[in-house]
Amino acid sequence: MRAIRRLAALVKKESLQIVRDPSTLLISLLFPVILMLVFGSGINQDTTQVRLGVVNLDGSPASVRLVDTFAHTPGLHLFVGSSIEDLGDRLRAGRLQGFVVLRSDLGRRVLGRGGAAQPLIEVITDGAEPNGANFVAAYAQGAIGVWAREDAAQRGLAPGSGFSLEVRSWFNPSMRSQNSLLPGSVTIIMMVVGALLTALVVAREWERGTMEALLAAGVSRFELVASKLIPYFVLGLLAFTTCVTMTHLYFAVPLRGSLSTLYLVGATFLFSALGIGLLLSTLLRSQYDAAQAALNAAFLPALMLSGFIFEIRSMPVVIQAVASIIPARYFVTAMQTVFQAGDVWSVIGRSLVGLTAAAVLFLGLTLLKTRRRLE
Amino acid sequence: MNDAGPLARVLGLGKVFAGASAAALSEISLDIHPGVVTGLVGPDGAGKTTLLRILAGLLLPTSGSAQVLGHDPAKEADTLRRLIGYMPQKFGLYEDLTVLENLNLYAELKGLSGGQRTETFERLLAFTSLNPFTERLAGKLSGGMKQKLGLACTLLGTPKLLLLDEPGVGVDPVSRRELWQMVHQLISEGNSVVWSTAYLDEAEACDEVVLLSQGRILFSGPPKQLHQRVEGRVFLLRDDTDAPRATLRKARRDPASIDGVVQGKSVRLIARPGASLHPDEHGIGPGAQLGPTPPRFEDGFIDLLGGVSAAESALALAMEPKHVADGGVAISTRALTKAFGDFVAADSISLEVRRGEVFGLLGPNGAGKSTTFKMLCGLLAPTSGDAEVAGVDLRRGRAEARQRLGYMAQKFSLYGQLSVEQNLEFFAGAYALTGRRKKEAIARMVEVFEFQTYLSTKAGELPLGLKQRLALACAVQHGPEILFLDEPTSGVDPLTRREFWTHINGIVERGVTVLVTTHFMDEAEYCDRIALINQGKMVAVGTPDELKARAVSAELPEPTMEEAFIALVQAPAAAELEGAA
Repeated sequence: MRAIRRLAALVKKESLQIVRDPSTLLISLLFPVILMLVFGSGINQDTTQVRLGVVNLDGSPASVRLVDTFAHTPGLHLFVGSSIEDLGDRLRAGRLQGFVVLRSDLGRRVLGRGGAAQPLIEVITDGAEPNGANFVAAYAQGAIGVWAREDAAQRGLAPGSGFSLEVRSWFNPSMRSQNSLLPGSVTIIMMVVGALLTALVVAREWERGTMEALLAAGVSRFELVASKLIPYFVLGLLAFTTCVTMTHLYFAVPLRGSLSTLYLVGATFLFSALGIGLLLSTLLRSQYDAAQAALNAAFLPALMLSGFIFEIRSMPVVIQAVASIIPARYFVTAMQTVFQAGDVWSVIGRSLVGLTAAAVLFLGLTLLKTRRRLE
Repeated sequence: MNDAGPLARVLGLGKVFAGASAAALSEISLDIHPGVVTGLVGPDGAGKTTLLRILAGLLLPTSGSAQVLGHDPAKEADTLRRLIGYMPQKFGLYEDLTVLENLNLYAELKGLSGGQRTETFERLLAFTSLNPFTERLAGKLSGGMKQKLGLACTLLGTPKLLLLDEPGVGVDPVSRRELWQMVHQLISEGNSVVWSTAYLDEAEACDEVVLLSQGRILFSGPPKQLHQRVEGRVFLLRDDTDAPRATLRKARRDPASIDGVVQGKSVRLIARPGASLHPDEHGIGPGAQLGPTPPRFEDGFIDLLGGVSAAESALALAMEPKHVADGGVAISTRALTKAFGDFVAADSISLEVRRGEVFGLLGPNGAGKSTTFKMLCGLLAPTSGDAEVAGVDLRRGRAEARQRLGYMAQKFSLYGQLSVEQNLEFFAGAYALTGRRKKEAIARMVEVFEFQTYLSTKAGELPLGLKQRLALACAVQHGPEILFLDEPTSGVDPLTRREFWTHINGIVERGVTVLVTTHFMDEAEYCDRIALINQGKMVAVGTPDELKARAVSAELPEPTMEEAFIALVQAPAAAELEGAA
């Protein structure tokens, strides 16, 4: 009973400090809004216009129709060249992202004449930009598919008698990259906000000399850590709510899972992010050092090693091992799953285990490193 | 005192911090008795805070043992923390919490609740006169009120022993007196107090004193015992035909003297045991009066340290005398004011400093001394009013004036990572010395202050005395006309302080004007004239003797500088009250 009252008094003190310190409120309330706007509007992996070249060395009706199809495909900005060399130069100069070559025997091959059975269309892409190259290939294939169907129909063949290719994207059918990027951004924002909030608070007590008074008053390790954790957990949940609300309502990312699952994952992650901040603050005892360290320890790994931008499976094994102890990695997976796929417990369960382990690790270390003496 | 035995006993205690070359404490043995104020006295870095922290169970000793209220602080810290009240140097207050919120927090931590708490709060708020300020943020309290609140928080658990770390720092004289009254009341109620301080005048107010220097005990016992060492050997010498500084310089040629300082119009001297002073044999006029005076704690401390060498200032000897136009004015200000938002830090300060005089700005922390000072150095632009420094109007030629003055900031702002030589070179450059002049100036400083063996030592690793010398060298090497000293000797041991003032007195005799801020009342007496500053306003100006004379009353026939300060500060307030009534 006595212990609870002491803890309550410490939490109250911490809360009063939060309310009176504009920087804490800025970090927890305004920071997420600004970062969400930056991530939501600034980062976009969709390519809206592909600059494609085409050279028609054939001139047959079929080849003219194909060029026409390219010209009318939305998303393609078509340039009709005169020779392969001309287009090659333009590709090297970066003015084209790829080009299509229609050889002089295309018309004959389409009609099945001249002994050559298969029509051949070459698509050349700029492999130095793999992302763009994939788009070029996909768009070109799409346009060629449309053309092949129409061509068959014109020649009286039943549609579908040839082959038809249909690409369908699961989980993100509209292929909006924001739908997967924004839940990932929430991870980075929560990581930075969580770690920054707590990085300052223990170091502040040391710098202002109040730690000495608290220790002299017999405050226990647990009381010290818990009194820091509880108020900032509440603030962190507020920040999380801001992020989720903006993702769903402002950026219109559909939420397929349940809110309760979302908050369960978010809360677990928050403990690990707050834990990292607390640990750094406890170890460094200087607000400046702790804030610097927290930004680096939170932001960079969350950005690079969480799978948010770079695929973890394509990283070297050593880096994969490092990535496996980064809580953001589990949170990215869980967030993307809850938002885009729903409450898939086989995935979320694994993430929760990782997040819980990280929280226990960081908070445990903080408790261990919390000293009740001044050295 | 009673026969119950000591409250705390320390035996052969030592403390070496990891990575430190010297021990913070060595072979400390002492008893703290119940029912008295024990003063833990010593300059900065003497080991006061380390000792208090060990007693409070916040640090572990490297060797030796301690027993506090029957418990070993190294093993039973938790039990002990409930029995003692420890007030750290920075009060341990939350500045963004109100007075009442701070009290509530510590009350909960000490397990005080319900009616007991209400009653305790009432008593403590009345005791500390903080009742009208319960809703004020602790950060907005004055230094004195912060200390009182800190003390109130410390008293919450009704501790048997109070450990107070430098409660007198940053407190105005009025509040300091009130703090002492509070402590004496606590003693009369049966409490015991350990009060640590770097102020030697506070030592005299203690029942018992433990004097620490460089981690060792130099003396322990009642302060009277230290007075007895020098009883009959302390004299005041007054020669009205000469300046007190010249009198001091001559008097110190007497081999029978072991110490001397300026005290207003007189010179305070300590004679070697068994020897008698003969000022007339050392060029002091026949009209001079030499008379005994009661010893102070500082006199005993100096005697304990074996006295101060009588060497004249090598700095002054190496310096060309400056032409002192008689009655010339070095600094003059008219209604100089600096406001930060609504807060007026310096309010309409008008003063005149003559060439070749030591002028002191005396006042507690936060009174506006440093603000005034920074405006005169050209470091801060005044909000309104005019000032002329070395004949240059501050509004127009701040950079021009700066070349002609030297500035020594608080806590000797040296570059700790740079060597002694690099510091000298940097400051020479900063004061626009170049080429041959720069080389000569540095060589002169190295010779005068004997830096030869320390040239490549990092400034941060120098002992305190040498740091002080280096800071002074950096400020005077370009031969300034006016020297600004901001709290030059706060927290420094008396020997270092003596050496410093020997240099200052020496260069003033060569015609340099010195403006000094201080909150040490006895240091103020080294000045020719002082201005008392309180709450941004100049309360009074005059020689130390004049100011003391103005405070003479029936109750105070011979006021000390501190008593004079309190009387003069309170006089206008009393007048206002009467006017209102």
